[in-house]
Amino acid sequence: MSDASRPAIEMTGVEKRFGATEALRGLDLAVPAGTVCGLLGPNGAGKTTAVRVLATLVAPDRGTVRVAGHDAVRNAEEVRRAIGLAGQHAALDEGITGRDNLHLFGRLHRLGARRARERADELLTRFGLAEAGDRLVRTYSGGMRRRLDLIASLVTSPPVLFLDEPTTGLDPRSRLEIWDTVKELADGGTTVLLTTQYLEEADRLADDIVVVDHGAAIATGPPDRLKEAIGSQVSVTLANPEQLAATAVVLSALTGGDAQVDVAERTVTVLTVPGVSVLLPSLVRELDGAGVLAEDVAVRAPSLDDVFLALTGAARESAAGSQESADLGRAA
Amino acid sequence: MAAAVHTAAGPSRPSAGGRLASDTWTSMLRILLNYRHSPGLLAASLGVPVVMVVVFGYVFGSAMRVPGGGDYREFLMPGLFAMVATNGVMPTMVGAARDVGRGVTDRLRSMPVSRTGLLLGQTLADLLVSVVVLALLALVGLAAGWRARHGLADALGAFALLLLFRFVMTWLGTLLGLAVGKEEAAGQLSVVVFPLAMITNAYVPTGGMPGWLRTVADWNPISSVVEAARGLFGNPSAPGSAWPMQHAVLATLLWSALLLAVCGPLAVRKFATHGR
Repeated sequence: MSDASRPAIEMTGVEKRFGATEALRGLDLAVPAGTVCGLLGPNGAGKTTAVRVLATLVAPDRGTVRVAGHDAVRNAEEVRRAIGLAGQHAALDEGITGRDNLHLFGRLHRLGARRARERADELLTRFGLAEAGDRLVRTYSGGMRRRLDLIASLVTSPPVLFLDEPTTGLDPRSRLEIWDTVKELADGGTTVLLTTQYLEEADRLADDIVVVDHGAAIATGPPDRLKEAIGSQVSVTLANPEQLAATAVVLSALTGGDAQVDVAERTVTVLTVPGVSVLLPSLVRELDGAGVLAEDVAVRAPSLDDVFLALTGAARESAAGSQESADLGRAA
Repeated sequence: MAAAVHTAAGPSRPSAGGRLASDTWTSMLRILLNYRHSPGLLAASLGVPVVMVVVFGYVFGSAMRVPGGGDYREFLMPGLFAMVATNGVMPTMVGAARDVGRGVTDRLRSMPVSRTGLLLGQTLADLLVSVVVLALLALVGLAAGWRARHGLADALGAFALLLLFRFVMTWLGTLLGLAVGKEEAAGQLSVVVFPLAMITNAYVPTGGMPGWLRTVADWNPISSVVEAARGLFGNPSAPGSAWPMQHAVLATLLWSALLLAVCGPLAVRKFATHGR
């Protein structure tokens, strides 16, 4: 069906404007087949528009979009055969049963009446909704609806799956269930593109993360590399506040970062320069050498929150700053 | 790829015609399943006209005199049949808006389906339901003294016109629902339908209305349907001299063709390009 060497999902220079709003401003994406890509960004970053363009719901103003080897504009029908979509809502008919929802979607996907029924049964059993299958969807809990919604995108076992904020608004347990399902699908070879505002979600599920802000990718890379690019946070708490200045000198020299002193907390913190890793033993040795008596020493790997804030914060401050952070992200 | 996730038999690729027929049927099935699980929906579409039989037929009707003579309840029934036909705008409007709001429309549009078939299925399902509602209302009318006095063929012709108009209204409803896109807003819009259905000849003859209002009422498509039904059922009427009232069957057909030719393609287009 598709050229194996090409990414399963590919966007190049995609622009989309709705009236005065520029939803996408030259978004580039490339998701290799069989991997999970996490599109991470705040509300209004253009994540949903990106998914809608990929799912052939919205035509881009400019740029090329290829999904499963087909051009999403010229050959939308072929793309539609190859994809599954689960959006931010539970896109289901609430007045009929869960089983009938799946059965009808199967028929629309041309599985045939008998096969559509079998497939509905298979999926309900597999994803733990067999008992609820014969109840009207309006009686389902929020978590069950979203699970059924996700399942509804799987009736044809699409090779490419788009999930637009699949766990927004869900309780922690339902979120874990959705995560397990996505992992299972990815292990089975499905290419998944998911959007999320939850950093933990992207970290847990994605092979690659694309940080999106103002309609463009500002950083791309595996979660770990993005974190490396930001550096670690080192903090030292002292017993004696008189040693704060000396500690700051040691930390700055060791990390290449700009140490911040918090006198009230008797703490010095510093963010390591990207690429420099600080190990706890060497840190303790250096502090000893300088005669500093530390009460507490911590080296914390940056969370995806830090990555995100560093990238989007910089991008928002100035145009020049955004160039810098983009380089930083791509270097990762 | 894991065998458990992936289907053994892939989807087939039928012709465009086969796809249209198959998707129309699937879409019909969906609406009919909704009615099966919520019979109250049927009762709701029957409830209002039955209340109107009582309110207009017996309360107001006790003081009504039809110009040229005749029983008011026999004058009223074709009006109530036409009201059922007109109300066809509601379920598809609310349904289409709900589907847009819940993302169902987006999901359907991301699938390799016939857009025309999906919408046609919904309007045809509504037509089937309307046959039941009209039949039940006819029974209520018979109990209230209404009769079809020009024989079976004319009576069936009248019901055919009523169903045609209902079909047209469901397409108008689909278009409005897709345009509005919010279930609550669609509910509010349905309030507009009521006065439009009142400024007609359905409940009172238009002869007593002020001149300008009478013109509006006489040229209201709903009035054509009512007058055509009265003629075919052989029920009392006071049509006046306006062209649509003198050629009510033809006027009904023309109005229906015009509205369908506008609303049908626009609805399909709106569905296919929603959010673009």
